[in-house]
Amino acid sequence: MVTKARKTIKRASNRQFDTDQLTTFYKNMLLIRRFEEKAGQLYGMGLIGGFCHLYIGQEAVVVGIQHELETGKDSVITGYRDHGHMLATGMNPDGVMAELTGREGGYSKGKGGSMHMFSTETRFFGGHGIVAAQVALGAGLAFAHKYNDDGGIAVAYYGDGAANQGQVAESMNMAALWQLPILFVCENNRYAMGTSNERAAAVTNYAARGKPYGIPGARVDGMDVEAMATEAGKAVKHVRSGKGPFVLEAMTYRYRGHSMSDPAKYRTKEEVQKYRTEQDPIERLREKLLQDGIADEAGLKGIDKEVKAIVAKSADFAQASPEPSPDELYTDITISVA
Amino acid sequence: MTVEILMPALSPTMEEGTLAKWLVKAGDSVASGDVIAEIETDKATMEVEAVDEGIVTQLLVAEGTEGVAVNAVIALLAEEGEDPTAAPTPAVPAPVIDTAAAPAAPAAPAAPAAPAAPISSLELAQPEPEWDGATVEITVREALRDAMAEEMRADDRVFLMGEEVAEYQGAYKVSQGLLDEFGARRVIDTPITEYGFAGAGTGAAMAGLRPIVEFMTFNFAMQAIDHIVNSAAKTLYMSGGMISSPMVFRGPNGAAARVAAQHSQCYAAWYAHVPGLTVVSPYSAADAKGLLKSAIRSPNPVVFLENELLYSQKFDVPDSDDWTVPIGKARVVRDGTDVTITAFSIMVGKALEAAKMLEAQGISAEVIDLRTIRPLDTETILASVRKTNRLVTAEEGWGQNGIGGEIAARVMEQAFDHLDAPVGRVFAKDVPLPYAANLEQLALPGPDDIVAAVRAATYQEA
Repeated sequence: MVTKARKTIKRASNRQFDTDQLTTFYKNMLLIRRFEEKAGQLYGMGLIGGFCHLYIGQEAVVVGIQHELETGKDSVITGYRDHGHMLATGMNPDGVMAELTGREGGYSKGKGGSMHMFSTETRFFGGHGIVAAQVALGAGLAFAHKYNDDGGIAVAYYGDGAANQGQVAESMNMAALWQLPILFVCENNRYAMGTSNERAAAVTNYAARGKPYGIPGARVDGMDVEAMATEAGKAVKHVRSGKGPFVLEAMTYRYRGHSMSDPAKYRTKEEVQKYRTEQDPIERLREKLLQDGIADEAGLKGIDKEVKAIVAKSADFAQASPEPSPDELYTDITISVA
Repeated sequence: MTVEILMPALSPTMEEGTLAKWLVKAGDSVASGDVIAEIETDKATMEVEAVDEGIVTQLLVAEGTEGVAVNAVIALLAEEGEDPTAAPTPAVPAPVIDTAAAPAAPAAPAAPAAPAAPISSLELAQPEPEWDGATVEITVREALRDAMAEEMRADDRVFLMGEEVAEYQGAYKVSQGLLDEFGARRVIDTPITEYGFAGAGTGAAMAGLRPIVEFMTFNFAMQAIDHIVNSAAKTLYMSGGMISSPMVFRGPNGAAARVAAQHSQCYAAWYAHVPGLTVVSPYSAADAKGLLKSAIRSPNPVVFLENELLYSQKFDVPDSDDWTVPIGKARVVRDGTDVTITAFSIMVGKALEAAKMLEAQGISAEVIDLRTIRPLDTETILASVRKTNRLVTAEEGWGQNGIGGEIAARVMEQAFDHLDAPVGRVFAKDVPLPYAANLEQLALPGPDDIVAAVRAATYQEA
């Protein structure tokens, strides 16, 4: 069965979300935004080192998709731009921020850093630094769901850059061949580090990359959380019903550089500004909430305040938590056999 | 003109086979391409096709005959127009090839230099120290299969995935019978997609399963080494102990026979370099079975390096389905007093042969089978060196940054005062493995190289 990938980007949401759902979307996106801004600030202060890839601009993608998943039952895996995914699955911001600062209280006890955090509780499997490795690993997570017949599905996120890696094709082939319950999510933020889609891919329709394997796909406006949730809902239903994998391509944009050290000279300031002012997922939802009378300024300010407090607390925790004990150098390398 | 039909070699390592079935009889006409017989090798049952046209005059080897040597004459064929009844009946005692007696016969290709003599499973000096019960003689191939089958029976989380492991019954027949017993859910044929299935296997391990990922050979695992090193080996550490990868990557490693540079590499040193990995490389069938069971039960990712040339070797194996060999323990397989030789995998057999040759020269060599390369059992090596005061390391891989260099460094650091001579290292020549039989033999280390290294370490004349 080959389903034609939809060429048109899904913009308008045809699903109605209730007040609670919409305000949760708003709050969760805002949490990621403020958290990442704080991470950028701490990086500038020298409290966070190494590579740090911020998710600012792409918040609607994970928030929309996670809304359609069963946290703790479904498995999620992604690459190195991963803070948003962790927060979206419900990981504690304190533990994430403390991992960024390389402290004992971090999810990986300070030994993983920005790109390597995990949670068995929320079934978040990382946090992987080798571009596209998470897609094959994600196929393995889906394999385990099917093997155990536990009703769970796996979601493997990857970028437009990773889409060109051979193992993405290998994974799609295996996933379709074995009818694995996996949702492939291509977060197309238009640039693989400094190389635009057009300069990296002969055909830039990443939603159609599953087509040769009979995997249906769809493109969705990744700057619109309602559209994301709507399309993710359909895709998740398809995958969970045993019909095999699905490819969702989220058209999104990152406002910051590839990493903290990227001057982003491969794109114009105007381009970035245009996305910020016309497409911003948080602003769009905020306007809708106000326009439709779902929330008022005071209510939204309350959410802003609440989110700021969570982030401030995580930053405090991340600085107060001690560095890991020197003994930690030699732990967790292998599990000793009794 | 009488044409001799010879026992064909049906794989790079085949030296003999069983003539399972004749599909023609004397008097039958055959055309080029007709299937005339079925031959069983240790890997598979193969059909043999006629090359020449003619009439079968005589079948020289009876159906069911085992151990028919490659290149033995198995039948005679009279070419068209000849009177088959007039063909002389050569008194052929089956496996003898006498090309001189039939100078006009279509030149049978010059028999390739016979592969190096099969490694004799020399009597090991000590029985398995961990076992004093009954034993059964089986091949390394069967030992590996039994280990997997027993562990799969015991634990539903264990499954096998790889190329040709299921319906084909294993490219080297190691997984024979597993699909029948465990079904397609647990014995999974993969596409030829090493990077992909190594990643999928690792993901499944992270999710709590116990995958056995078979590589048809470790040469192909080069495509997958990223997942072995970056995903399987490092995730426990990167997650602060939260996510483990309990799994086995297994398959044949090192040189086989005449398969040239890209199919003939030893990866022991590569994987042994990486913290987070356990690296095992057994020699005997007992160790192959006992260590593979331990590897499958291990909570860590284990790289399990087998050897194709050892698959058909027979050894005594404890007759038990719950007997294991501990990971991380070397074994003294031959006691000696003058020099210590360390080896692993196929080199253990060569070291034992060398020890026998040395014995005739009045040198008593102690042979240690490392069995596990990481974690390396330094204590057993040091204890032996403190006794013999001399050390020679043997490995099939290249010398630079090899296992021998690592052992030499550790012994220098921890037992310098016990050494009476520089440590000798035996390893492959520093070249990609050549195809030509004579060059291949020159490139690979053998018992003579070990003898020479021991003579140097004991200050004997070369």
